[in-house]
Amino acid sequence: MQAKLSVAALSVAAAFALSACGQKEAPAPVAAPAAPETKPEIVVKLGHVAPMTGPQAHLGKDNESGALLAVEELNAQGLEIGGAKVKFQLVSEDDQADPKQGTIVAQKLIDAKVNGVVGHLNSGTTIPASKLYFDAGLPQVSPSATNPKYTQQGFATAFRVMANDIQQGKVLGEFAAKQGVKTVAIIDDRTAYGQGLADEFRKAAEAAGLKVVANEYTNDKATDFKAILTKIKSTKAELVFYGGMDAQGGPLVKQMKDLGIKAKFLGGDGVCTPEFMKLGGPAADGEYCSLPGVPLEQLAKGPEFKSKFEAKFGYQIQLYAPNAYDAVMVIADSMKRAGSVEPAAYLPEIAKTKMEGVSGNIEFDQFGDLTSGAITLYQYQGGALNYVETLGGAPVAPAAEAPAAPTAPAAPVEEKK
Amino acid sequence: MKNWLSPKSMTGIALIAIALIVLPHVVGMGGQAWVRILNFAILYVFLALGLNIVVGFAGLLDLGYIAFYAVGAYTWALLASPHFGLHFPVWAILPIGALMACVFGVLLGSPTLKLRGDYLAIVTLGFGEIIRIFLNNLNSPVNITNGPQGITLIDPVKVGDFSFAGTSQIFGMTMTGPQKYYYLLVALALLVIIINVRLQHSRIGRAWQAIREDEIAAKAVGINTRNIKLLAFAMGASFGGIAGGIFSAMQGFVSPESFSLIESIMVLAMVVLGGMGHIPGVILGAVLLTFLPEVLRYAVTPVQMALFGKILVDPESLRMLVFGLALVLVMRFKPAGLWPSPERSRELSEKPVEVVK
Amino acid sequence: MDIFLQQIINGLVQGSIYALVALGYTMVYGIMGLINFAHGEVVMIGALISITVTSTLAAAGMPLGLAGLFGLVTAMLTCMALGWSLERIAYRPLRGSPRLTPLITAIGMSIVLQNLAMIFWGRNYMTFPPLLPKVNFEFAGTHFTLVQVVIVLLSAALMAGLVFLVYRTKLGMAMRATAQNPAVASLMGVNINRVIASAFVIGSALAAVAGVMVGSYYEIAHYQMGFMLGLKAFTAAVLGGIGNLAGAMAGGILLGIIEALGAGYIGDFTGGFLGSHYQDIFAFVVLIVVLMFKPSGLFGEKTGDRA
Repeated sequence: MQAKLSVAALSVAAAFALSACGQKEAPAPVAAPAAPETKPEIVVKLGHVAPMTGPQAHLGKDNESGALLAVEELNAQGLEIGGAKVKFQLVSEDDQADPKQGTIVAQKLIDAKVNGVVGHLNSGTTIPASKLYFDAGLPQVSPSATNPKYTQQGFATAFRVMANDIQQGKVLGEFAAKQGVKTVAIIDDRTAYGQGLADEFRKAAEAAGLKVVANEYTNDKATDFKAILTKIKSTKAELVFYGGMDAQGGPLVKQMKDLGIKAKFLGGDGVCTPEFMKLGGPAADGEYCSLPGVPLEQLAKGPEFKSKFEAKFGYQIQLYAPNAYDAVMVIADSMKRAGSVEPAAYLPEIAKTKMEGVSGNIEFDQFGDLTSGAITLYQYQGGALNYVETLGGAPVAPAAEAPAAPTAPAAPVEEKK
Repeated sequence: MKNWLSPKSMTGIALIAIALIVLPHVVGMGGQAWVRILNFAILYVFLALGLNIVVGFAGLLDLGYIAFYAVGAYTWALLASPHFGLHFPVWAILPIGALMACVFGVLLGSPTLKLRGDYLAIVTLGFGEIIRIFLNNLNSPVNITNGPQGITLIDPVKVGDFSFAGTSQIFGMTMTGPQKYYYLLVALALLVIIINVRLQHSRIGRAWQAIREDEIAAKAVGINTRNIKLLAFAMGASFGGIAGGIFSAMQGFVSPESFSLIESIMVLAMVVLGGMGHIPGVILGAVLLTFLPEVLRYAVTPVQMALFGKILVDPESLRMLVFGLALVLVMRFKPAGLWPSPERSRELSEKPVEVVK
Repeated sequence: MDIFLQQIINGLVQGSIYALVALGYTMVYGIMGLINFAHGEVVMIGALISITVTSTLAAAGMPLGLAGLFGLVTAMLTCMALGWSLERIAYRPLRGSPRLTPLITAIGMSIVLQNLAMIFWGRNYMTFPPLLPKVNFEFAGTHFTLVQVVIVLLSAALMAGLVFLVYRTKLGMAMRATAQNPAVASLMGVNINRVIASAFVIGSALAAVAGVMVGSYYEIAHYQMGFMLGLKAFTAAVLGGIGNLAGAMAGGILLGIIEALGAGYIGDFTGGFLGSHYQDIFAFVVLIVVLMFKPSGLFGEKTGDRA
């Protein structure tokens, strides 16, 4: 009995020892050697949280890359805040899109005394984590959580640089009505994001006079949609709306074509990715999707950001990288205006942000949502995403005169059946 | 274990008590995140002990145990949040949660009474999934669970005006939220452990053991196997329900994503790895398997740097890989678990009758 | 009502795949009493290997059909080796242990294989090259493709082949004997180790084919695709009566059809209360109901409780 007790005690102690060791070996802040110049240099840690493993890992990596790009640019500028040279450092964590992990990781960042958090990616993890950040007074800017609840909780530290589902769903409903269809079928993937978006779309579509003839459901790990698509086919809906992500959206449109369904397809930002095009193949052609903000090509900073990103990381922007970039910039900009990197000092400044981000105009309302909830609609054509139109939100004045891309799209093409 | 009051036992108990009291502050020096992880470890201890009754004592293979955790969590969420506008106090909700879990335990157990071991496994697995899917979809036509969006702004545990969330000053010491929850959890855990130990050595416990060893003989001796099995399910479920309630309160947010099949499998792994049917072993299993992935999260990068000078495989992928390997290796070399009960390790160290060469 | 026929077709195709995978589970369980949780991962590895081989060969200039064939054969051989190693390394040392020990090992191996696949092939979904030309058929208002026809026919052929193997060859006889009573079988001169290894190897070969089928059908593959598929296939095997070949086949097809019809019609029957959002659990609900009336599954033998 005693032997077993000591074995147990030893193993538990070993676990703790290892963890303590791990703590000590966690990346120590890179302190520059004491410079002979008069300006002290401080390291400002910014946390970043997204799923880095699991089905959405490609999006998590994308966010991280966008944030990294911003951090490097800021460091290259050699900012001075409050009389000290500032060097930013990104502390990246994986929440696996699991709410429990999200709170653990949030606590970790709070313990590590980061000065701000960019994250999380999913609404399901952002919302519980936001309570911790609020209790710790740590500003949190999410680049991609679209669930309206996030900002409705009344936390002064919660912001997002992306239109929420209410704004997006409304625009999508209006757009659907403009397509000249009378009946729609709605599919959602039973996640917080998919269901939220689909619900808002349903409200907007019905308000615009469309009839919802089918409500079908799937899940975020499914590959077979034939059963629900067959049902939808029998209702002869003219438009199919999908609230969910690219990993299901791609096979979904393929199977639609296999079954001979001629309805149009419309989705949210979850299916507006290169991954959707890859997985959908030729079936993705002609389908519509939406992205919050104004297209990169139409803002002076857009094409520049795109080429910088691709040059540095060697792959295309997946989805929210521009928003992650903007989130970092918002924090840095607020720190500049407050003249301090301390959360308590620059938090009030975030609410007063007025800047031109890569993803659009950034100004916050009293809840922490973007005031200009502009949403842009695209159509896949010939293997590329073509701009259709921008709806909702205040009109955005392009920061510079002409877009840099010589092949700027001509008048938006709208298909009317 | 013979004489609780002998000097040796007393010193042992005193040492353990001191260690338990000081633990959150020691662990907290590495950051509050570790106290949080410690709290999750204790929650898993609850779950593992509950599952231990079903799997370890009664020998019923349950692969859907997490459903009871979910029931407990949602009971708290529904009775103490803005969702329905109810704000019941903790001493009312925890018993209600435990009771709800018991009811579900009996519901889940009843159809399985006639089933053989592995059929039982798949049916319980099915039940776990059924509960999760229902929780995910009961938001229309009547919004009961708020579907995939989950329930937010759940009340923390409150005793009068004293809330367990947030930092407060007690006896002149500063204690953070996670540290306060730790003491609550340890107190409840001790209660649960004592109940388990008493159960194990009671008539009911012996009846469970009889059913596990040989159900027909048990029936022949006059044990009402039906009721005893249902009792196992119900008692096991109740601990899960209590743990679920505290989980809800701690997180402030609950959604069906937290109650997937993987979680059920994790709890089962904790029970089997630790030492099935042996309470100290099960506790060890729960603590170890909660900390192992987190330790790996920290350790994987430095170890790779030291060995190879660069990162070959990123930490997240390696974490689960090592976890899986750990399961395989422990089962290969210590099949009775890391800390089995003396009887089991005797049973298993006898060379099994090898039919094959 | 024409969608009824379409739903049946959908279910039949999906069910054939379930049946193939279920056979692997049932063979191993029948002989060893082990739920091989890692079997779903073998399917996944089969799919991913065939993608890699086919794409590489096709990029090097081989015609797609031939490259696909090479990919299939490579996948089968690799999976057979994988199945054999699994048995030899992970399960054989545990023979005679209480039932839960190999189960946890199987779960551990499942996690190991999934993560190895993630490390090796990456986290993103991969597109499966189209091995068969896209031919669409229409019949009585239903749409189906060449791929679907091939899947159903190929599965049927493989299942027939397996039945032939088990009931008409010496190896099959040895397998049946071992399933009934390993001790006596070995006394009769049956090499139990070889029989068990064959069960794993044959099951894995079928799994590889199933993996290629799933990949061709949905045209995607992913390191997590095996888990849910394995679970459903195992459910199918239990539904049909585990340990029983005919049961696994019937269970698989039945499960596919139940899921398709359920997703299609439950919404109508319950006025929208239960709908396709519950489609993942139709299988389980049906299973529970069946087991309540036939505790050994649809075709399961009434094995007396062995003391």
